[in-house]
Amino acid sequence: MSTGIPTAIEAPRFRALTSVRATGAAGIASAIILAAATFAAIFGPLLAPYDPELPNLSLAWIGPIGGHLLGFDVQGRDVLSRLLVGAQTSMLGPLVVVIVSMITGAVLAVIAAWRRGAADAAISSGLDILFAFPGILLAVLATAVFGAGLPAAAIALSLAYMPYVARVLRGAAFRERSQPYVAALEVQGASATSICLRHLIPNMLPLIVAQATILFGYAMVDLAAISFLGLGVQPPRPDWGVMISENETGIVQGYPLPALSAGVCIVAVVIAVNVLGERLFEHAEAGRR
Amino acid sequence: MSDPAAVAAPESPGATATPLLDVAGLSVLLEINGAKRPVLRDVSLTVRPGEAVGLVGESGSGKSMTARAIDRLLPRGAEVTGSIRFGGEDVNGLTGAGLRRYRNQVAMIFQDPRAHTNPVRRIGDFMTEALQANLAVPAAEARRRAVEMLAQVGIDDGAKRLRQYPHQMSGGMLQRVMIAAALLTKPRLLLADEPTTALDVTTQAEVMAILDGLRREFGLAMLFITHDLDLAAAICDRTAVMYAGQIVEIRASALLHDDPLHPYTAALAAARPDITQTAHRLRAIPGRPLSAFEAPPQECAFAPRCPYATHICRTAVPDLAELDGGVSRCARAHELRGQLGGLRGAPDG
Amino acid sequence: MAETGNAAPVLQAVGLRKEFGELVAVDDVSFDLPPGRSLAIVGESGSGKTTIARMIVGLERPTNGTIAACGHDRSRPARSTRDRRRRGREVQIVFQDPYTSLDPRQTAEATIDEVLRLHHGWPADRRRARTAELIDLVGLDTRQSRALPRSLSGGQRQRVAIARALAAQPEILILDESVAALDVSIQAQVLNLLADIRDHTQVSYILISHDLAVVRQLTDEAIVLHRGKVVERGPTAQVLDDPQHPYTQRLRASVPRPGWKPRRRGRPGTGEETGVP
Repeated sequence: MSTGIPTAIEAPRFRALTSVRATGAAGIASAIILAAATFAAIFGPLLAPYDPELPNLSLAWIGPIGGHLLGFDVQGRDVLSRLLVGAQTSMLGPLVVVIVSMITGAVLAVIAAWRRGAADAAISSGLDILFAFPGILLAVLATAVFGAGLPAAAIALSLAYMPYVARVLRGAAFRERSQPYVAALEVQGASATSICLRHLIPNMLPLIVAQATILFGYAMVDLAAISFLGLGVQPPRPDWGVMISENETGIVQGYPLPALSAGVCIVAVVIAVNVLGERLFEHAEAGRR
Repeated sequence: MSDPAAVAAPESPGATATPLLDVAGLSVLLEINGAKRPVLRDVSLTVRPGEAVGLVGESGSGKSMTARAIDRLLPRGAEVTGSIRFGGEDVNGLTGAGLRRYRNQVAMIFQDPRAHTNPVRRIGDFMTEALQANLAVPAAEARRRAVEMLAQVGIDDGAKRLRQYPHQMSGGMLQRVMIAAALLTKPRLLLADEPTTALDVTTQAEVMAILDGLRREFGLAMLFITHDLDLAAAICDRTAVMYAGQIVEIRASALLHDDPLHPYTAALAAARPDITQTAHRLRAIPGRPLSAFEAPPQECAFAPRCPYATHICRTAVPDLAELDGGVSRCARAHELRGQLGGLRGAPDG
Repeated sequence: MAETGNAAPVLQAVGLRKEFGELVAVDDVSFDLPPGRSLAIVGESGSGKTTIARMIVGLERPTNGTIAACGHDRSRPARSTRDRRRRGREVQIVFQDPYTSLDPRQTAEATIDEVLRLHHGWPADRRRARTAELIDLVGLDTRQSRALPRSLSGGQRQRVAIARALAAQPEILILDESVAALDVSIQAQVLNLLADIRDHTQVSYILISHDLAVVRQLTDEAIVLHRGKVVERGPTAQVLDDPQHPYTQRLRASVPRPGWKPRRRGRPGTGEETGVP
């Protein structure tokens, strides 16, 4: 219930670290998981104790022993090393997808909201057509055109996600665009670009951040699925999705650790990203009006 | 016009036995930004059967909150102390069937009719719902009464209107429908929370006339909440003025302008521009209206902005004192008697 | 058209018309604003008054008719950014709702600074000095100027909006119900402030309002609108003290004042219309 009373005057500060702290225990745990995954993505190859790609079939499926904390996979490679090096493609892929789809989606949403009318109708119709294509289908198409591998898969997924992002952001963009403060800036003579970049987008930031984190989780799972199907990252390169695919047979044979450990990594990162994103969104929204 | 009743006891000549609504020492704490803060402090007022009482205040005064407390519409987690008695019965203790019965006797009219009507249901459904559900009136009879009541508020083609949806009506018409709906259950008390604030001034005049006329015709009591002192005075016998969650004055409406008992009332009346003349500058009150939780605990809440404040005003929160048939929360009320009224900005040359 | 003789009007609207599909929101409205004077456009909802304000500042495009401010025509949208900015230096506007007319992420200082950067190529310290002047002019202090809107009250936010409008140094300031959403005591402060500003800067006001007492306080001339047409015009005092048109009379009679009693007008019944979209 609004009482119309302003809170004490607070000067604005950049509150990234304090924001994270404000999100509670789950938020902190998620931040730690994400930090660890990012760290592995950057420094994985340096940290990996053993060669992640050199096969040694005589060691296949052996459980944890000595310095091999997670044992060996289907081809006798050290699982831990493959996880650490695989973090790179597993984290980078979704990151690229999120960045590309968020930027293109946001640009389309803002243009549609700013120009309204015919431009909005055209953009919305175009996006509706793109909506009809599921991500996996586009991935198959992309690999047929560009050859199998991470770049093709990432492009395909970005294209699949873009209309979703644009639709979600379009609502927020419309809402901000119709606010009197935007009209006031138009009357001042500010250009459309400067208003959109300096005012519209920053006021949509809580939603953009929330969207990006949700999308990251989806992208990670979708890319893992694409790699699982053999269309994304190609063996022998390590990647969490590929690892699940390769070591799938081990689950029924009684050697679940390689596949499951990769699965746990994916699940942990996806949950962490969602929790953190949701908390940050709530925190940012609460402090806004 | 009957004598204005003092807050304490209805012993003044001409007053009827028990007040219909008796609010005594009402204080409410709400959770705001994580902390419990006072929004109403020691509010006491009475409404007698058939009497119209105005409740006037600015932002943070607590006027809407008082109405909600009376209608048991406070948000969950609100701490209420003090008593609200309706027809002698304690309102805060009511539950279930008792509460529904209470709500049939106390009808509330809100500021924004569109926010309080379901847009996907017809007007007829909305109007007859209470009659059918709570008073077991058969549907056809309920609709007949609804059409009759619509005619009373100036809507002649009632049968057609019953089948319409809220979006097919203008704000003024919808508010008239709300009034009609409120009167259908034959309440004894009307709580009107800024019912005309969102309306055009010509529509407001019309709706006010309807409200006033019907109220007198049915002998209803009314608590009329508004920020407009002149509007309250137009149809209310007595007016209460609130500031920072407290009642600061209760006075016969006719005397409010010329002989107010509290400096805030006088300042509020004087701050309004005059439609008959241009002033060089208006008599603005410095500072801004406070809410209950911003008010300092040991002094008069209005003291920082009051031109008459002296040291006694800053030593303790003044009590409500009776004066000339009214009530004032000014420590200097007796002293200032007769000096406060009839002020406006100085006329222009 | 009000004739004042000497100087050319600083704003001139001739035959303004605006249609929204089938609905005619503004129908053949003409008025002049002489320099240094203030004009009120009075009306209720559906009168077209806000549409006129939006047409003057370029947020709506007239279906027909012309508007000229400071000698430049602005009936058609500005063609270049430079043109738009020049128009911004001629006419500015303060909106009604203090809670949405400021960017919630910008401090008052930053808001004003942005406008200064838009219109002048000044170095940072000169902008800072001018910002401080404007903050002071609207009665705010340094602490409030560094605050975000959510920490400011409605009246304080309106002061920031006024300062932002004045940063462009406009000849004409349109006040679109700018005090309607404020508490009575705050409204009085802001009205006094607007009078002070007018004395200080010689800006001309166009006040859009339904509140006749405010109109009386702030303006010299008034036009009364009803359903898109001008029904009465003249000096404000005259229009309010001796209204000629039945609608103006009705408007005047509807204003609450000491001793006022509301009266029913026959039985309007089915005569209600919904407002302008």
